[in-house]
Amino acid sequence: MLRLIPVLPFLGFLVNASFGRRISRRAAGAVASAVMLASLMVALVAAGNLVGLPNPGRAIVEPAFSWISSGDFSVNATLRLDPLSAVMILVVTGIGSLIHIYSTAYMDKETDSEYARYFSYLNLFAAFMLVLVLGSNFLVMFVGWEGVGLCSYLLVGFWYQKESASDAGKKAFIVNRIGDFGFLLGVLLAYVRFSTLDFQDLARSASALSPETSFGTLSLITLLLFVGAAGKSAQIPLHVWLPDAMEGPTPVSALIHAATMVTAGVYLIGRNAVLFSHAPITLKIVAAIGVATALLAATIGLVQNDIKRVLAYSTVSQLGYMFLAMGVGAYAAGIFHLYTHAFFKALLFLGSGAVIHALGGEQDLRRMGGLRRELPIAYSTFLVGAMAIAGVPGLAGFFSKDEVLFQTYAGGHTLLWIVGLVTSLLTAIYMFRLVFLAFHGARGEEPGAAHHPSHLHDAPPAMALALIVLALGSIVAGYAGLPRALGGSNRFERFLEPSFIVSQETRRAAGLQGDLEEAETATASLEVGLMAVSTLVAVGGIGLAFFFFLRNPRAADDMVNRFAGLHRVLANKYYVDEIYDATVVQPIRIVSEDGLWRGIDVRAIDGTVNMVGETVVGSSEILRRLQAGSVRVSAASLFLGVVLILGYYLWR
Amino acid sequence: MPTLNQYLVLSATLFAIGTAGVFIRRNLITILLSIEIMLNAVNLTFVAFGRALGAVDGQILVFFVITVAAAEAAVGLAIVIGLFRHSESLNPDSFASLKW
Repeated sequence: MLRLIPVLPFLGFLVNASFGRRISRRAAGAVASAVMLASLMVALVAAGNLVGLPNPGRAIVEPAFSWISSGDFSVNATLRLDPLSAVMILVVTGIGSLIHIYSTAYMDKETDSEYARYFSYLNLFAAFMLVLVLGSNFLVMFVGWEGVGLCSYLLVGFWYQKESASDAGKKAFIVNRIGDFGFLLGVLLAYVRFSTLDFQDLARSASALSPETSFGTLSLITLLLFVGAAGKSAQIPLHVWLPDAMEGPTPVSALIHAATMVTAGVYLIGRNAVLFSHAPITLKIVAAIGVATALLAATIGLVQNDIKRVLAYSTVSQLGYMFLAMGVGAYAAGIFHLYTHAFFKALLFLGSGAVIHALGGEQDLRRMGGLRRELPIAYSTFLVGAMAIAGVPGLAGFFSKDEVLFQTYAGGHTLLWIVGLVTSLLTAIYMFRLVFLAFHGARGEEPGAAHHPSHLHDAPPAMALALIVLALGSIVAGYAGLPRALGGSNRFERFLEPSFIVSQETRRAAGLQGDLEEAETATASLEVGLMAVSTLVAVGGIGLAFFFFLRNPRAADDMVNRFAGLHRVLANKYYVDEIYDATVVQPIRIVSEDGLWRGIDVRAIDGTVNMVGETVVGSSEILRRLQAGSVRVSAASLFLGVVLILGYYLWR
Repeated sequence: MPTLNQYLVLSATLFAIGTAGVFIRRNLITILLSIEIMLNAVNLTFVAFGRALGAVDGQILVFFVITVAAAEAAVGLAIVIGLFRHSESLNPDSFASLKW
């Protein structure tokens, strides 16, 4: 039954890819959405069956077919549903279905064949994403991993006639290749070390080892896997592709570049929690990179003027939070944040999509403003999403972000906790800057601004449905993991725990900080205290945004002028793209053009080939004189030859 | 009575004359005649050895050579006539179409 979950969207892909031009656009959208909903139903049933199994160690394993069998090496295409993958498939199919439905309205300006092409890609993406999270070994996961990368490329470059879009697609693909290379090396090294690619077998083998105190094979394996995760999940230094990926259609940004694909890296670490737990050095690196990404991306998000780019940097920043959680060993908290983030970030993207759709493609915040009266549905749902991500108490983001920060603090990583807290302040500021600039105040009249339609249409029904469902999700999703301190029992993390169970045991054995027991016995008062701090930070951030961007916009301008240098650095995203261009792209270009092309290819390789040819022509020029065609010369040479050979044998 | 050596010297001289004729003369018919001289030089060697050794093998071989020479003359002259019809010339240097 598990195989139905990825196969259904794949069937949708086949239908839309083969007959998309011939069926009406309504049929194309209906097929794509229907297969996603069907997949969601199957996923719900499968998750229900899973919950019915006895705990711990509940899992549904379904061998699909024997894939590779060569000598000692054999890999089966096996699907495995455990609590972790159950959460992932519900997120992918649930949010995926909503985004498919939303897309039927959002893409209505496309021609019929483009419309079908869009939905075929979207279905293909869902199929690969489900393979990724359901695979029970690295090879099956790798198929999904590469597949979602391909679909990301196709969808980022969906409007391929726009040069920036096709460039962004290529950038996303190439940067991901760097990460994938690390991933593949990590998988190969894991196979060399443990002679298996199965996640369960790997976890068992690794748990028999003691955690590495110095940098060893396990640290190298996990570090290489983390390179892959950093590529897919846009962590420093491979984060540069995600903001550019906003060239794709907005629902794609919501599905692929916010809710699902970019979280694959987090999932990868969660899936291999045991391996990572045995490599504390890697975990430290993961946490450091995560928190650095969270902070730097949030600071960039403060000054961007493109509505989708702000959200993109916000995504990078939130992914940083998830990696922070993974890095401090709070795997369940990281996945919890992944799950709530999927709701509110998809909501925010779809809300921004509703705005862009209403404004006929306008994305610049400076030309928006005052939209709350004209777009009440988009406004109210967007506000819910913004409050959720900012960490307003009671909404989804509050619980998950707080859980991450609490686990960080309880693990003794005070510095990481402070940075996380600062990031959370910045999150509230940039998110409400977005809200105030887009929906409040007056319409910005930039010189040369396109004239928007005088009457704006709010989200059409299909879009409104997705927005409202996601807004409800953003409100209630967090209660699945209501922490103990607030009278809950943190059911979400209890549910996930078996997926990391070996890791928890070894963590205890290794005496690592951030121990689960410790976290559980940590006083509820500490958690409540930290929550109060977070709440203050969130409210403070919103207040600051209110002051600077709504009450007193001139103060914001003053700040920009006072810190002009800093502002320029942030607006240019720390010049990372420029640095990469100067240190990587240009050297490669120069070496390729002048060294490999003009040097090696033209001179050495072509030169050798041409030299061989010219030698043949030149020596033939000499030899052809022998073939004068004269009968007498031929006869004379024949005679001379006979005389010489006979003479040699007679007088030797 | 001439000795074997004298026969062989005569034979070698005739062969050299024939060879020179083949390479030097510029008339196909003369070249054919020169080939005949070379063949007869060889025939002379055969019969000289036959006589010196008191065996008939050499003489028998000479009959074969004479037969082949007759056939060769017939075929050779036919080719010469064909070539002459083709290019109105008997100079071997005018037949250089083997060259690429």
